[in-house]
Amino acid sequence: MTFQVLKIFLRNRGATIGLFVLLCIVGTSTLAPFISPTGPWDMVGRPFTPPFGDKFLFGTDTLGRDIFAGIIYGGRVSLMVGLIATLVSVVFGLTIGGAAGFFSGRIDFLLMRLTELFQTIPSFVLAILLVAIFEPSIVSTVSAIALVSWPPIARLTRAEFLALRNQDYVAAAVSAGRTPWDIAIHEILPNALPPIIVLGSLGVATAILLESAISFLGLGDPNLTSWGYMIGAGRTVLRQAWWMSVFPGIAIIATVLVVNLVGEGLNDALNPKLNENRNR
Amino acid sequence: MRILLAIFRRAMQALLVVLAVSLMNFTLIRLAPGDPAAVIAGQSGAADEQYLKDLRAEFGLDQPMYVQIAAYYSQLFQFDLGYSYRQKQPVLDLVLERLPNTLLLTMSAFIIALAVGIWSGALAARHRGKWTDFGISSIAMLLYASPIFFTGLMLILVFSVGLGWLPAFGSQTFGENGGFAASFLDRLQYLVLPATTLSLLYAATYMKLTRTSVLEVLRLDFVKTARAKGLPQSRIMNAHVLRNALLPIITVAGMQAGHLVGGAVVVETVFAWPGIGRLAFDALLQRDYPVLMGVFLITSVLVVFFNILTDIGYRLFDPRVEIS
Repeated sequence: MTFQVLKIFLRNRGATIGLFVLLCIVGTSTLAPFISPTGPWDMVGRPFTPPFGDKFLFGTDTLGRDIFAGIIYGGRVSLMVGLIATLVSVVFGLTIGGAAGFFSGRIDFLLMRLTELFQTIPSFVLAILLVAIFEPSIVSTVSAIALVSWPPIARLTRAEFLALRNQDYVAAAVSAGRTPWDIAIHEILPNALPPIIVLGSLGVATAILLESAISFLGLGDPNLTSWGYMIGAGRTVLRQAWWMSVFPGIAIIATVLVVNLVGEGLNDALNPKLNENRNR
Repeated sequence: MRILLAIFRRAMQALLVVLAVSLMNFTLIRLAPGDPAAVIAGQSGAADEQYLKDLRAEFGLDQPMYVQIAAYYSQLFQFDLGYSYRQKQPVLDLVLERLPNTLLLTMSAFIIALAVGIWSGALAARHRGKWTDFGISSIAMLLYASPIFFTGLMLILVFSVGLGWLPAFGSQTFGENGGFAASFLDRLQYLVLPATTLSLLYAATYMKLTRTSVLEVLRLDFVKTARAKGLPQSRIMNAHVLRNALLPIITVAGMQAGHLVGGAVVVETVFAWPGIGRLAFDALLQRDYPVLMGVFLITSVLVVFFNILTDIGYRLFDPRVEIS
């Protein structure tokens, strides 16, 4: 089963290349202290050094800090926030959607109206309102992103639960006298997971974009550098030092792009039925 | 009769959204660290004890919670969104003053996105598997991965800083008064970059959707019949395929209205466009919470408004559909 999934995934060339590039990005960010001995806040050179020089690949910023160091250290924040926020939103969406789909009736009605409400309101405005009120920090950023990202997961989970509830093996489990909780966790959830994993992986891309926008507006954790923050800082000197904004921007685009590619590959691999349908 | 019922349902939905969003506002400001008076006075340190006391009295913070909620909602239903102490103006006035600019920006972006997205999506579908398709799909993927503020900055870098073709900031030349036509052209110039920036992400979404949807419709029997009748390709595409392929796009466009408004906040910040997004950003910097919450409420109403427009659009394209 696992082998089969891997085989289908690797057949998708875009996804394979995407996974490779993603691993490289994750690797450089994780190993940042070994790759760049100077940190992102260290003033190491002359301010406004243009890129592709001898010493600074991506140039320096207004205070002479190394942009390259900023990018590899900033990647830690962007990737981490993207990943954790998505995990939280998946757990939240699974709970809400699972409860709605499993219990149906009045609980379902209420939970779905709540989900619709969160899909209607402008999520980005809510996110920045939250971060602003609860003081910018990595925790508030993660919470805000998670709070606005769960509705699609909840809807998908509900749909999966509704579909799986009528399967024979669930009926068998019910007649065997197992508790609803046990059935939901051990019978329905594992079968509902594959499409949710796919949606979650694409959610990481959205979360990275949201984080970058929040930091761009200056609402990120003031003690941590991130790609969005760097672009925001470079914005006022765009005319003099384009490299301050351009390289972090390329980092975001590249990361989001490869996460999307990996997500599509996972979709092919985990939803073979859907795939047949599409290639018809 | 049915349409009246549909409008009534939408109005109820709008009311629910307003109730829920205002309840969130009410709760959020009380969940914040410190009491609302301290939060609203801001961390500037300028707030003295008397000021805080006045604020507390105004918010009725010494009253029980249900009195506070009742007072809050009775204010709200008199269209009182609170008062911006920083700008010394009622929040509603501040928001309404800037709303037309935001509407202009979002509507222009939406129209550009639809036009570009549908056109390129249909083109890609018609040349499926060829270089045109590959090129269009790749550009869409790239746009899909680009943060909207970065796209905006790059457009400024190329078209304002590099080529000097278009202005990068604001919405009109200050002191411009060369008559209607000149003033119209002037405003248009300022609109091009922000509207394009906001539209690109959605253009990519609509392109993907149109491509998939056109490919689906192309397989259907009535297209084969039209081909067999010997109709020219362009007529089949325009009269038969696109009309059917457009419905899912309208649905998604309605669902994305919230994103569009959120995107406008970022774009207005980048281009110093004087709309409610820019207002929200300035409020953010000054920790002007009444304004922020007012913007949250008004943008939510705006989304419901866009949803209603989508319903109407859906009916126009497909008269069989009833608004559910």
